[in-house]
Amino acid sequence: MRILGYKLSATAQIGVVIVLINVLVAVLAPLIAPFDQATPVGDAWADPDAQHWLGLDNVGRDILSRLIYGARMSIGLSLVITVLSFLIGVISGFAAAVAGGWIDQLLSRLVDLLLSMPTLIFAFVILSVLGSALPVLIVTIAVLDSTKVFRLARSVAINIVSLEFVEAARLRGEGWWWIVTREVLPNAIPPLTAEFGLRFCFTFLFIAALSFLGLGVQPPDADWGSMVKDYRDMINFGSAAPLYPAAAIAILTIGVNFVVDWMLSIHSRGQGEGA
Amino acid sequence: MSQATQDASRSEDNSIILDIRGMRVAVRTDSGEGPVLVDDVSLQLRRGEVIGLIGESGAGKSTIGLASMGYTRRDCFIVGGNIIFGDTDIRAISMDERRALRGPKIAYIAQSAAASFNPAHTLMEQVCEASVRHGVLSRAEARAEAISLFKQLDLPSPETIGSRYPHQVSGGQLQRVMAAMAMVAKPDILIFDEPTTALDVTTQVECLAAFRKLIRGHGTAALYITHDLAVVAQIADRIMVLRRGKMVEFGDSRQILQQPKEEYTRRLVTERVAGHSFVDANGAGEVPILAIEHVSANYPGKPKVIDDVSLDVRKGDTVAVVGESGSGKSTLARVVTGLLPRVAGDVRFNGLSLPPRLNERSKDQLRRVQMIYQMPDVALNPQHTLLETIGRPVAFYFNRSRAEVRARAIELLRQMDLPESFITRKTSDLSGGQKQRVSIARALAAEPDLIICDEVTSALDQLVGEEILRLLKKLQEDLGVAYLFITHDLGTVKRIANKVAVMLKGKVVASGDTATVFSPPYHPYTELLLSSVPEMRPDWLDGVLASRATGAAMTAALLRAP
Repeated sequence: MRILGYKLSATAQIGVVIVLINVLVAVLAPLIAPFDQATPVGDAWADPDAQHWLGLDNVGRDILSRLIYGARMSIGLSLVITVLSFLIGVISGFAAAVAGGWIDQLLSRLVDLLLSMPTLIFAFVILSVLGSALPVLIVTIAVLDSTKVFRLARSVAINIVSLEFVEAARLRGEGWWWIVTREVLPNAIPPLTAEFGLRFCFTFLFIAALSFLGLGVQPPDADWGSMVKDYRDMINFGSAAPLYPAAAIAILTIGVNFVVDWMLSIHSRGQGEGA
Repeated sequence: MSQATQDASRSEDNSIILDIRGMRVAVRTDSGEGPVLVDDVSLQLRRGEVIGLIGESGAGKSTIGLASMGYTRRDCFIVGGNIIFGDTDIRAISMDERRALRGPKIAYIAQSAAASFNPAHTLMEQVCEASVRHGVLSRAEARAEAISLFKQLDLPSPETIGSRYPHQVSGGQLQRVMAAMAMVAKPDILIFDEPTTALDVTTQVECLAAFRKLIRGHGTAALYITHDLAVVAQIADRIMVLRRGKMVEFGDSRQILQQPKEEYTRRLVTERVAGHSFVDANGAGEVPILAIEHVSANYPGKPKVIDDVSLDVRKGDTVAVVGESGSGKSTLARVVTGLLPRVAGDVRFNGLSLPPRLNERSKDQLRRVQMIYQMPDVALNPQHTLLETIGRPVAFYFNRSRAEVRARAIELLRQMDLPESFITRKTSDLSGGQKQRVSIARALAAEPDLIICDEVTSALDQLVGEEILRLLKKLQEDLGVAYLFITHDLGTVKRIANKVAVMLKGKVVASGDTATVFSPPYHPYTELLLSSVPEMRPDWLDGVLASRATGAAMTAALLRAP
């Protein structure tokens, strides 16, 4: 299998398959889920049977259906948050690198300020004060995440800005928008793509953690982190219920990482040729 | 056997120490053997003999150097032939055994000493480390040997220089310390890979002389890899000319220089010799295009890099600014372009003062001064196509339609002797020489009055560089554009510049018509620079050293002058 003209490694192939399956499930959730995610369909903690392959949960909802809808919520949410954090982080990071001077200082110190506080605690405070509505959740995590994107984007851009083709553009009299979008961005795509995959994983795990602690996705919407939280006690009674969402989290994380590792390896190989 | 060394003072034993026969090195690909980098090369290196390997980039000379130790670059492998060191078949032994040879038996001296030293340790530690680690010498013996080598290499204060750190000595000194590091374990073979390429001409002379003294004194065999035929002629007994992985010609140094048999070798020799004619002063016009008047500049918080520099460039002029690294010649270019604001003096363009800062200049002022860079690899955005690269200045300065931009870009490509079909290619797909042509096209697209050329040929192979110079010359004749040509290569200056300014430590020490500046009576620094340019005759270095011996005090005083 090949992507973008590069041969996929064995692990990358596994990763691509995992990611594709997850995305398909998320997109097609209402079509493939056998039951509704929020409606009880039987007794609490009913054992798996032919109709309910993974059994029912604490209020009698179908666990498989919740897992399928959970994919939609967890992946969709992570994707929206990661995209937003990249928009904020990349634009401000590039601006800092290209403009330099006090703009760079201002943005960098602001980011230092945000980074100096533990992310989870900070998110706690915001979400406790403002509530866990989805828009609040999205913006909070995206802003916190964008600080890390900012750091990477800024350092990548600083390396590119020091190259002579950027100097040539400056000498021509180009404005900063041209320099950012036409000179810097195309050359920053490979490291940023790899970072995007990684940040997606972190975001995904972070939402799971917040949900587990009760500050993330709110009931009755299903997401994998809150499912682990809701089902966790059942492990004491020999039920595998909490393991399904936990396994889903683990598998998707591993799959995305496989793909990211492969992207990083082609990126570094590309650099090796230049040296 | 006829090629045995004639020098009687060398080691009596002139048996073959390295015997390479029919060696082939290829790139490793998924399906096995890929492109061949070195094809069927054979050479026999005798004890005490120096063989020069010469060729352009991609000729395979460094690959041969590495392969003679049993190494290759990543993703390459030795696919055929024999490499016999002494009685050992290098291809037959393990990587660990090869590693054991490297250092005590075969030592390697790389182009960039700065990249080969660890900045966190003193020079002495690093010079002694390998031979102590290999158990060849005790630490005390290694120290004594190192100090003796520092002396032989004419390093200043040989007793104490070892306690310094790499950043505390100059580039030329570091290169010599690296030679000492290689020699401490008394290897049988030294491999020099472009050891003086990154150095200034005056420093190169010192290093060459030191290397030669070292090799001759110890009777060590050596492979000397370089792209500069004149350099290798000073040090090698025999020269092998390589091209695209194949041997072109192999013979005695004198024969290669004086009676080259192959056409390719002849071109290498003559391109250098042909250069020694002065260009007529063709500058015209009353008001200079560019007038630099008593300009000084410095980086924030640092001392002045250029100090009271004055220079005129008229229409059709090629004014060369020459000097060694750190002389301020590139800073002068940055001041003219406005990247570094001047702190004193004035820069006038067509009689009108240019604002010191880039962002205070009008679009038209920016258009009229264009720049071509040393490294075409980083001067062009690798993600842009040729159309984007060349077309952008046309669209930006002249506000043309897409079709007009494209037509103009194609016209410029044609002027650069590049095929029209290249227009959709990315710049990263081109060779170094082609990239430099695209850089020129981009500069010309702005229809400038002046182009600043910053070391435009020094990153290119000799023959490719010659073509670029010819192209620049032709464009000047056709378009009347003026060049401010920044370079350290005096050969280039003589060929293309009608005026020259010699810079030393931020000041212009000599300037005027090239013929005047480069004819006696010289400024002493000009004379030093001129005499340091290697010439295509084997006795050149001896001559220089002999004349330097008399003028040494003067030279040293001059270089140390504030």
